[in-house]
Amino acid sequence: MFFMNWPAKPNVKEIKMKQLFTFIRKEFLHVFRDRKTLLMLFGLPIAQIVLFGFALSNEIKDSRIALVDYSKDAVTTRLIGKIEASHYFDIRRSLAGGNELQAAFKRGDIKMAVIFPANFGDDLIHTGKATVQVIADASDPNQATTVTNYFQSIITDYNAELSGNAEQPMQITAEMQMLYNPELRGAPNFVPGVMALVLMLVCTMMTSVAIVREKEMGTMEILLVSPFKPIYIIIAKLAPNLLISIVNLFIILVLSDIFLDLPVRGSILLLVFCSILFIMTSLSIGLLLSINAKTQQAAMMGSLMGMMLPTMLLTGFLFPIENMPIFLQVLSNAVPSRWYFIIVKRVMLKGLGFGDVWKETAILAGMCILLFAISLRNFKIRLQ
Amino acid sequence: MKTLRFLLEKEFRQLLRNRQLMRTLLLAPLIQLILLPTAADYSVKNIAIVVTDNDHSTTSRRLIEKIVSSGYFKLAAYTDAYPKALTMVEQDKADLALQIPEHFERDLVRENKKQLFVAINAIEGTKANLGGAYLASIIGDFNNDVRVQFGAITTTQQGGPAAATITQADPPQVTVASSNWYNPYLKYPLYMVPAILVTLVTAMVAMQSAFNIVQEKESGTIEQINVTPIKKHIFIIGKMIPFLVLGIVLFTMGLLIGRLLYGVKPLGSLLTLYGSLVIYLFAMLGLGLLLATYSGTQQQAMSLSFFFINIFNMMSGVFTAVDSMPGWAQAIVSTFPPSHFIRIMRAVVLKGSGFGDIKYEIAWMVGIGVILNVWAVLNYRKTA
Repeated sequence: MFFMNWPAKPNVKEIKMKQLFTFIRKEFLHVFRDRKTLLMLFGLPIAQIVLFGFALSNEIKDSRIALVDYSKDAVTTRLIGKIEASHYFDIRRSLAGGNELQAAFKRGDIKMAVIFPANFGDDLIHTGKATVQVIADASDPNQATTVTNYFQSIITDYNAELSGNAEQPMQITAEMQMLYNPELRGAPNFVPGVMALVLMLVCTMMTSVAIVREKEMGTMEILLVSPFKPIYIIIAKLAPNLLISIVNLFIILVLSDIFLDLPVRGSILLLVFCSILFIMTSLSIGLLLSINAKTQQAAMMGSLMGMMLPTMLLTGFLFPIENMPIFLQVLSNAVPSRWYFIIVKRVMLKGLGFGDVWKETAILAGMCILLFAISLRNFKIRLQ
Repeated sequence: MKTLRFLLEKEFRQLLRNRQLMRTLLLAPLIQLILLPTAADYSVKNIAIVVTDNDHSTTSRRLIEKIVSSGYFKLAAYTDAYPKALTMVEQDKADLALQIPEHFERDLVRENKKQLFVAINAIEGTKANLGGAYLASIIGDFNNDVRVQFGAITTTQQGGPAAATITQADPPQVTVASSNWYNPYLKYPLYMVPAILVTLVTAMVAMQSAFNIVQEKESGTIEQINVTPIKKHIFIIGKMIPFLVLGIVLFTMGLLIGRLLYGVKPLGSLLTLYGSLVIYLFAMLGLGLLLATYSGTQQQAMSLSFFFINIFNMMSGVFTAVDSMPGWAQAIVSTFPPSHFIRIMRAVVLKGSGFGDIKYEIAWMVGIGVILNVWAVLNYRKTA
């Protein structure tokens, strides 16, 4: 019975799985061999979280201002003392006024000018009224408004002093309580935003070259003639990027806990689960780009030029989404990082549970499935 | 010189032939410039407020009415229980919770004093700060209304003989006359359009020049050039000029869009603007070249340039003011060419600054540009 010597017929399923693992291994080798890219991939989140976490803030302080005092009396001296004492302003120079002010504004030396007219103190004492003139550099409207408001509050203080702190009747006071971020730091807002931004862009970018690279190098042909299902090619391509992103996620979480004092208040398991969902969604976007691009260059430009700025702006961590025009608000719904940003804020910063993020999670899951399905459909098994 | 001409012809042909790439290079930035500036709006409006009214008096109702009619706040809900309101803040359904305690009106009249409670979601620092300030000023206003209504105090205008007996003489007051230069209507797009244009030109020029050279490396065509007697610097200049031209074209189209759509008309001289642009592009092309010399594959070039571009975008003062960063961060930022060019753009376009006003920024860019280019040329090897 010579056929007895033949090896037993192997299980088809087993072969398939083995093929898949071999292929995944090949992809991992590709990634790990490219030390420079790997270094960048891990260096990027670390550098950005630390840099952005410490450096970025919306707070406006130490604004450079010019003081022009035409009066030079006891009242203006007292007021200037008050301005100096506040940490909002950094008095740069006392200019003569007029053209010199304009020049200082144009050089960007000062953000605001405060002008005390002549006889300021006399007016205040004799007529009971004096007006100080304030000019703000409104080319940055936010800064102009804030700086003017700060100044206004100093003057209000002074006025209260003038009225002798007399007890006002029927006083309504308000006790303001700042929840979740009592010191109004920038990091609690920027860290979740940067997490969403970095994870999304890294995933999309890395995957966007995956398929098109094989096409460009000509190795796609070999893959297509092999008895290998398209879905396996895709899974194998995504696996290393998924792993790298999960490692990145943990690096970010550890860094923000240690350096920025932002521990995960809610369930880590939930956060990781949502993050993986978000990472897979971003991978699917990259996949779709990669399948449709003709060259690596086009894929990269698409994923970087096309996505960087919209992701930054429409995630909602720089500018409030509800302030945007309606069509941008609608558009922002299609940006996965927007939903992920909400999830991270709630789970990580506020410590909420699944009950409060199920909607966002469901949206991410829906996006992920949809994008993956479209990619699979568009994946051509022929070259032309 | 003749060699350069032929090289340029080759580069331009290759660039213009790749339709998909050209579309991404020109259309993607312009579409973003059309859509995104409106997304960048810091002005805080539509703050969602949840009110807990435990008093149910005429006074409490009038306070709520005053808050809602101010235009800054929209009433998210009206509850009886403060914990319920806090839950809404927790779930992001409201940004701010106001509690009017029981016997608010009665105690105000009897005890001359009553406290309100406000809880603000402070994760977004700016919004919390401004929201709190708006609410405080509305409450202050309301306080005056209440005093007038209950006859506790009268203003001088209304002060009839009867009321005058209650009022003391008005204390002296300092008032603030504020004016906003360069952007009197505080329009945010005016401030954002020049900066967004810079980020788009940056991303395109720096990355594209890096990719382009690496692509020749990857496809092996660079060897063909290396064996020719073409000088290293001629080759590099040949690679740079097309992207310099592309950058200028993109910049010009961007300026036109800014002018037509957002009314951003450069106040300063175009010569200053374009002169700075060329210096800036020189520096950024140097960066692209440098990145190219350090990368062997397009993927490496991409991750390297993504690293820089992303940090440039976030740190160069496009979205958050460089002035509000800590000193060490400002020192780092001053080595980023985009931070200088963005400052120049805003100064020249919005304030009409001349060359003399921006000479330090120009000097920085020239210095960084020379360093980057020299470094890149030294690091570039004609041998593969």
